[in-house]
Amino acid sequence: MRCGDFRESYAEDMAIFESPVSRWLLALLLAALAAVPLVATAYGLDVLLRVLIAVIAATGLNILTGFTGQISLGNAAFLAVGAYSTAFLAGRLGLPFPVVIPLAGIVTALAGMVFGVPSLRLKGLYLAVATLAAHFVVEFTAVHWESVTGGVNGISVPAAKLGPLELDGDRPLYFLVLPLTALLLLFAKNLFRTKVGKAFVAIRDHDISAEVMGVNVFRHKLLSFGVSSFYVGVAGSLLAYQARIISPENFPITLAIDQLGMIIIGGLGSILGSVLGAVFITALPELLRLATGALSDTFPGLVGLFAPLKTGLFGLAIVLFLVFEPDGMAARWHTIRNYWKLYPFSY
Amino acid sequence: MEFLLQLVLNGIVIGSIYALVGLGFVIIYKSSSILNFAQGEFLMLGAYVCLAIFTTARVPFAAAFALTLVFSVVLGMLLERVLLRPMIGEPVISVIMLTLGLASILRAVVQGFWGTDTRPYPDLFPSAPIMIGPLPVSQGYLYSVASVFVLLLLFSLFFKYTRSGIAMRATAFSQQVALSMGISVKRIFALAWSIAAVVSAVGGVLLGGIRGGVDGAFALFGLKVIPVVILGGLDSVLGAIVGGLVMGILENLAGGYLDPVFGGGVKEVAPFVALVAILTFKPYGLFGKVKIERV
Repeated sequence: MRCGDFRESYAEDMAIFESPVSRWLLALLLAALAAVPLVATAYGLDVLLRVLIAVIAATGLNILTGFTGQISLGNAAFLAVGAYSTAFLAGRLGLPFPVVIPLAGIVTALAGMVFGVPSLRLKGLYLAVATLAAHFVVEFTAVHWESVTGGVNGISVPAAKLGPLELDGDRPLYFLVLPLTALLLLFAKNLFRTKVGKAFVAIRDHDISAEVMGVNVFRHKLLSFGVSSFYVGVAGSLLAYQARIISPENFPITLAIDQLGMIIIGGLGSILGSVLGAVFITALPELLRLATGALSDTFPGLVGLFAPLKTGLFGLAIVLFLVFEPDGMAARWHTIRNYWKLYPFSY
Repeated sequence: MEFLLQLVLNGIVIGSIYALVGLGFVIIYKSSSILNFAQGEFLMLGAYVCLAIFTTARVPFAAAFALTLVFSVVLGMLLERVLLRPMIGEPVISVIMLTLGLASILRAVVQGFWGTDTRPYPDLFPSAPIMIGPLPVSQGYLYSVASVFVLLLLFSLFFKYTRSGIAMRATAFSQQVALSMGISVKRIFALAWSIAAVVSAVGGVLLGGIRGGVDGAFALFGLKVIPVVILGGLDSVLGAIVGGLVMGILENLAGGYLDPVFGGGVKEVAPFVALVAILTFKPYGLFGKVKIERV
């Protein structure tokens, strides 16, 4: 019987999967997720797709904010860049999706690196404020560069296409998004086992010490902005393919705050945390919708209160997590899991 | 020429309210190094609470206003005790997120109680305009600018001469030194949040009076004030005043002259473009204290 969580070599300590069991469980989860479209309703599938896209975006943000320690309020803007690049590349140039999605990611990565330049001089609060400014500049551009973005009326995006194959609707799109999410998560998990990933973490923990240890701080900060924005750009691209019509209203500043909320609630500096947080924040309004719908007979006024309830619950969730579980859902999950792993002799 | 003067005048009016909200920002930042993203929600809440007391309790407006100030003091203290105190020693991102979460909650409270429609505000000021040179200026503008400056003057005196004001400056200088001099830093934090809530509420009521109505857009002031305080320097009261006026005038000029070129919306984005420039060339602002980092 196991009586402790022992790791006897560095290889064990660095392993992606802590045990063969977790590997099998993950494979099982993926298989179950792949089977979902067979049974899910259209509404359920729509929510699940949005969850997966949010997972990609939150992972991107976590790479920048959770792992590298650079606070960004510009995530909605980066999502917009990815989505509008998709509209342009797929709509105007008629490119197939295997080209469009990586290109949208690269365009967003470049945009992210431009906005990352101030991080040479700024950190903490000041960087957060600079990215906030970036958000408003991008929003202004999206509204006023009408020839490309369609202005306030928005722009339509064609279905994801590859030759004769057309991913029209949520069901076919799901089979593109799910493997892509899995792939990007695996890449992110692996990133932090490499030299570059370790350099990111060193910068987060203490930038001057990192510099002393031989990490080129500015280059790695820019790289972190690039990788993070690539993820967010891919998420924006998928968002555009799912929504089929995008306008500046899809990317308000509250979206950036939602995503920061995801990684705070999930857990800063944890890939698992980005997943849990994205699921939680995306599912919260849907659960609330179900609850208000079910209770609307007894309390007729409740449906009208949906919008404020949603905002309030979101704020409350963030505040409660920050006060009572600052390390997020991922830390709580580890505590619970370790307890059961050694059950009943956990000492 | 008249157009220019009109724009500058509008800028001064709106800038004086920016200065007031900026003052709240600076006080919180100075004493506790927290950037309060919920400042705009304080403003909105103040405006709504004052209106609600005035319409439901049927008291004179001055009494409703006084009650609003009392409410703001209590709100500030309560928030400090319940939410901010557990955050001492947490990383910057957590504290930022906490104020953003708080902003969501306050917005939800306002929306839940008062809905999203614009509520008409009572006429606070006589409507007949006064002529300054060739320009007709509404009395509401003059009153609000005047009251803002009286308030700012009062606070300057408070910081300079009163016991609490001096204690606050000591805390801003160094919390450890303040503690060793027998100052209760917790009490100072509570005081800072109360003052921030009060000045924002005053700004909200004045803005309601000027605009003739109050709605959810008031919360945007909290974001608009960020360029103001960065321009002035995050830890400078004088900076908030100067920054407020400069940004108010800048956004009105930019809006007036560039809107026809870009087709609208310049007024909203101009402060943020300026913000990028300030952060690039002078990140600590005009009067801010430059931080030197030592390992």
